[in-house]
Amino acid sequence: MTTFLSLEPIRVLLYLVGICAFVGGNAAYLVLAERKGAGRIQRRPGPNEAGWAGVLQPLADGLKLLAKQVLVPPGSDSLLYRIAPLMVMAPPLMCLVTIPFGDTVVARNLDIGLLFVFAFGSINVMALMLGGWASRNKYSIMSSARVVSQNVAYEIPMLLVVITLLMMTGTMDLQEITAQQSGGFWNWNIIRGIWDFKAGHIGANLLMPVTFVIFFTCMLAETNRAPFDMAEAESELVAGAFTEYGGMGFGVFFMAEYANIVVGCSVATVLFFGGWQSPVGFLSGGLWGVGWFLLKAYALIFTVIWVRWTFPRTQFYNLLNLSWKILIPVSLFTLMLTGVLIKVPQWLHHLR
Amino acid sequence: MSLFTAIRETYTGFKSLLTGMRITGREAMRPVITVQYPRETLPMPARFRGHIKLVLDPETGRPRCTACTLCAKACPSGCIELDGIKREGDKKKSVSRYELDFTKCSLCGSCVEVCPSEAIDFSKDYNVVSLSRDTFAQMDLYAKVEAEAADWARLHPPPAVAEASADASTAAAPAVANPAATGRATP
Repeated sequence: MTTFLSLEPIRVLLYLVGICAFVGGNAAYLVLAERKGAGRIQRRPGPNEAGWAGVLQPLADGLKLLAKQVLVPPGSDSLLYRIAPLMVMAPPLMCLVTIPFGDTVVARNLDIGLLFVFAFGSINVMALMLGGWASRNKYSIMSSARVVSQNVAYEIPMLLVVITLLMMTGTMDLQEITAQQSGGFWNWNIIRGIWDFKAGHIGANLLMPVTFVIFFTCMLAETNRAPFDMAEAESELVAGAFTEYGGMGFGVFFMAEYANIVVGCSVATVLFFGGWQSPVGFLSGGLWGVGWFLLKAYALIFTVIWVRWTFPRTQFYNLLNLSWKILIPVSLFTLMLTGVLIKVPQWLHHLR
Repeated sequence: MSLFTAIRETYTGFKSLLTGMRITGREAMRPVITVQYPRETLPMPARFRGHIKLVLDPETGRPRCTACTLCAKACPSGCIELDGIKREGDKKKSVSRYELDFTKCSLCGSCVEVCPSEAIDFSKDYNVVSLSRDTFAQMDLYAKVEAEAADWARLHPPPAVAEASADASTAAAPAVANPAATGRATP
């Protein structure tokens, strides 16, 4: 049995099915979680008619969307219009290939895993832009323009933050980054940046919590989540890039939003919260690791939902101001600080 | 803007965001207040004004209305029509027909105020609906109060004959009320 499972084609097939099921299940049930969360915050019960406490609601929504016709509006670029939903769904699926869910549970561990995730993560924007462009609808095109300028603005601080982390970890291998954070929550990057308990000296980035907040903010902006959901500002742009999409075309865009959140929160878990490492130092092998990883990732996903139902949508110029005037300078400063904190002790060591 | 102002503004701004998160987090912990309407209903407040209704005397189980027609005279829209008869064994007249044109009624409450025997009150019915206009143009309040009277009679069965003869004064009221309540077909 084990030899059969370790056969490469079987392994690839299993991971492919597993990732698709994970993404699909997450997309379906995060929508329910979102609606339930919104309900609780507004002191409503949320969907509660389909099945016990509404557990069958995603099924009902999915069937409704599947039963609807996919209309291609006249005058639109029908090829791009049809490709856009595929392109929006593919990147998060690709990203999940290299996310380490446990010490052995990873589809393909790449030594440039982090670069891979961010390279594919950026394609998401292209897909939204294409969808908006191909729709031949003024709202969709405005939404496309917003998506591009927003993502250009937020990609910069995000990557600066990631560079800060790379300087600290010295590797892009996500398993390696996770392995460095073993032994308990005080060794997670978010605390290791302030004080390195393993080495017993000051950490590489004293502003690590700030760095995490920047990363989280950028993740919200990159995944077009409230309060940065300018691409889908329904009070201004109907539904932004998805205005003309109906049926499962819209459904795929919707699923991709949640898939992107899952990917973003998984990456944040690996980079800042020790991935599948246990917070107490033991119980971190095998399925325990997967459990810890999912626990941390879902805590972050819950925070994303919580943020959405707390803050109103920002104005577009405020959104850009936040990035260019605050996030980029601060992340540049943390980058510089990290450089100093890594290099100066080495230099002092050489002097001695 | 100096650097320190910028940092302070960012800090206070971020703190206000956290305060917002704390508030929504706290609200999420509090119980749900939705009333699942068709299955649950809220009690109507004491001063709610539904359409008017005839009041049952809780002691005799008969409508209090004496058919004095003051309400019909007081009504500014003229939407009340009623008749009264003198029933056997009664000293006063009592209502035998009471129709409200609810399509004209503005719920001003003049009839409730003017009634000398406090026989009219606002009902708490708010989910009245019908496919026919007549349901509201000729709202039969007498039929409704007689239905209530029948319920009352069921809950207060007449005492046995032996007891009735033993204590004539208490037995007299139900003995009169019940034949009338069941015999509402006769005008």
